[in-house]
Amino acid sequence: MNAWSNIKAIVKRELGGYFTSPIAYVFLVIYLLLTGFFTFTVGSFFERGEASLVSFFTWHPWLYLFLVPAVGMRLWSEERRLGTMELLLTMPVTTWQAIIGKFLASWLFLALALALTFPVVITVNWLGNPDNGVIFAGYVGSILLAGSYLAVSSMTSAMTRNQVISFILSVLICLFLILAGYEPVTGLLSRVASPRVVEVVAAFSVMTHFEGFQRGVLDTRDVVFFASVMGFALFATGVVIRNQRAG
Amino acid sequence: MIKVENLVKAFGPKLAVNDISFTVERGEVLGFLGPNGAGKSTTMRMITGFIPPTAGRVTIGGHDMLEDPLPAKRLIGYLPENAPGYADMTVHGFLSFAAELRGLKGGARKQAIGRAVELCFLQNVLHQTIDTLSKGYKHRTGLAQALIHDPDVLIMDEPTDGLDPNQKHEVRGLIKRMGENKAIIFSTHILEEVEAACTRVIIIDRGRIVANGTPAELKARSPEGRLEDVFRAITLPDTVKA
Ligand SMILES: Nc1ncnc2c1ncn2[C@@H]1O[C@H](COP(=O)(O)OP(=O)(O)O)[C@@H](O)[C@H]1O
Ligand SMILES: [Mg+2]
Repeated sequence: MNAWSNIKAIVKRELGGYFTSPIAYVFLVIYLLLTGFFTFTVGSFFERGEASLVSFFTWHPWLYLFLVPAVGMRLWSEERRLGTMELLLTMPVTTWQAIIGKFLASWLFLALALALTFPVVITVNWLGNPDNGVIFAGYVGSILLAGSYLAVSSMTSAMTRNQVISFILSVLICLFLILAGYEPVTGLLSRVASPRVVEVVAAFSVMTHFEGFQRGVLDTRDVVFFASVMGFALFATGVVIRNQRAG
Repeated sequence: MIKVENLVKAFGPKLAVNDISFTVERGEVLGFLGPNGAGKSTTMRMITGFIPPTAGRVTIGGHDMLEDPLPAKRLIGYLPENAPGYADMTVHGFLSFAAELRGLKGGARKQAIGRAVELCFLQNVLHQTIDTLSKGYKHRTGLAQALIHDPDVLIMDEPTDGLDPNQKHEVRGLIKRMGENKAIIFSTHILEEVEAACTRVIIIDRGRIVANGTPAELKARSPEGRLEDVFRAITLPDTVKA
């Protein structure tokens, strides 16, 4: 179909852009170093003495808080800065095709980064007998989490041609998505608000919905939550772009 | 091919384009002339569907740009102001991407790229990334991208900006040749350019059309027969603008 071949062309161009510059490789190295550091040092992977990847996945919401906006900040900011947005959007493609194509390319790149953490799975299988179903669920949750942050970054990068501002805005929004369900915060909140309110606020948090995946539970509601965040943020990207073009 | 009816664009309280109408048929080359800030780029952005008009209508080959944008856009090749390009792509990669979005596949794509490269003299820089190109090459890459699908309608915003005199001469020749079977609009503030390449001229000032005719007709308005005198007589320098 025509729409699909347009999206494919855009995905291909974006992904090509990553690997012609050294930035992609630098990112992958930093990503792997940081996951390693959090898993083995901060997360005390070995000291736990259990065959699971809890110490690996627990940190992902925090790790992604900076890594994902770093990938997403240039999505639309760069198009605006270079003026190529005018070129792209006067081609016979719809704004949606462009938004989805650019998003998918970055998401695939993040999926690649995540896939490169496979040695940790091998390690834990070599050391003990982990439940690989739980590990698989953790990976699914992690990629959905990354996609949600990325969609938010897509939205903030459409707002400005300045990548630094785009980065900061998206870190702030993602931080909110964490804190709304982060235990120290919900604890504090429950002192001043009713349990019902705390529950509603926490329902907006990625923490609440990521937790199940870490325990190996694939709950449709959690999947729907992440899909809604992505859908909403990508829709908002379209609205921002349309408003800008209207002047 | 190109039909523009009562086009208006307001940015806040400011009318960048104020009730512009004209048509361009196949075989015509329309020169869009006017001082800086007159509204040339804004008009072209509305014609190519990049920005929606505040009021008015653009129709390309019978397709309304607002209602039915994709068929309208398929007919157009567009060179935006300053010839933007993806900095990290090679010229070949960039043209290939443009061809792909234009629905060209396999052998047809290869052929289209070869033709555009030849027309715009890009053989020597094919594998250079766009951010390493000189201004002239960058502009010609943008032009090649606009020509890649051999469009019926060609819109170019200052296509000769930043070119040296030889390159300017070549691009004018190219426009003139292509004008024989396409509908072309290009903007410029170089007056000789209009005489060299256009079949018709529109002069716009502060968002309005202030003159519309063949180069010869406009020249006849000045006692010395010089386009420059006409231009200066009917447009205001931007220092006196409100
Ligand atoms: N996105 C925008 N927001 C606000 N004003 C704009 C915008 N784009 C253009 N303008 C204004 O509209 C007027 C016409 O600009 P433009 O079409 O670029 O002129 P030209 O191409 O003839 O030099 C200028 O005064 C410019 O400042
Ligand atoms: Mg201009």
